[in-house]
Amino acid sequence: MATIIVEVMLKPEILDPQGQAVASALPRLGFNFAKSVRQGKRFEIVVDGEPTHAQLAEVEAAAEKLLSNPVIETYVVKVEK
Amino acid sequence: MRIGVVTFPGSLDDSSALRAIRLAGGEAVPLFHASDDLKEVQAVVLPGGFSYGDYLRCGAISRFAPIMESIIVAAEHGFPVLGICNGFQILTESHLLPGALIRNQDLHFICADQPVTVENTNTPWTRGYTQGQRIVIPIKNGEGSYQASAETLAELEGEGRVVLRYADKNPNGSQNNIAGITNARGNVVGVMPHPEQAIESLTGPSEDGLIFFSSILQSLVAR
Repeated sequence: MATIIVEVMLKPEILDPQGQAVASALPRLGFNFAKSVRQGKRFEIVVDGEPTHAQLAEVEAAAEKLLSNPVIETYVVKVEK
Repeated sequence: MRIGVVTFPGSLDDSSALRAIRLAGGEAVPLFHASDDLKEVQAVVLPGGFSYGDYLRCGAISRFAPIMESIIVAAEHGFPVLGICNGFQILTESHLLPGALIRNQDLHFICADQPVTVENTNTPWTRGYTQGQRIVIPIKNGEGSYQASAETLAELEGEGRVVLRYADKNPNGSQNNIAGITNARGNVVGVMPHPEQAIESLTGPSEDGLIFFSSILQSLVAR
């Protein structure tokens, strides 16, 4: 079994009010390390055996069509063993 | 005049939209997400709510419902479609309208009577208004901030495709104070405010919203 990871982030030019809210909450808790925070989504897709090239291409297509909205978001596909 | 309203799992304002159509004098036809049958309606409303719990992104899952496949094909051939709130989000996810709606700037769910200006009266849904008319209709959403690329915004402004613009103040960070837009052909309109919630003085802040529904009936008669 392997896990295919799809990470989706808002494009840098799109305002991320959730990330900003997290960034302003951190110092209130004494965490002063963050210059800025952006929040995204992570999908863990479990497949049988080693993912094939065809499977990865399908995951790419699904990331483009459903998991992300290319108007406002970007995605990366990775494999975790 | 048969006007359809689609019920998705999680739609909230479908019965209000059906009622607004009846009050305007039309025959309101309930449509269901899981069927691709448009039941010979002449126009369709995608109502507000939280279809599929707003999971993934607002409208992202509804966009692939069987009824949407029929609506997308019809809309590309000039069939009139009005998306209200969640319906607007479904239309951007369907790429029938450009841009996207994201979380409100201050993260609040906003429920308020909102003044807006009608800027395009050439659509079948807004022909009953006068250009520049100020109306008050409710907004109620958490993800109503309209975002689009600079090129898309220039295209919308240049072609007069902004249908509604927030007046007085921008409630949610929408670019160019955009509250509603139309496609290049003018048959597909998406608005964040809820015209179906402003059709009677007893229950709404005004009766201004009813004109969306009388407009579409007039447009269909004029065809």
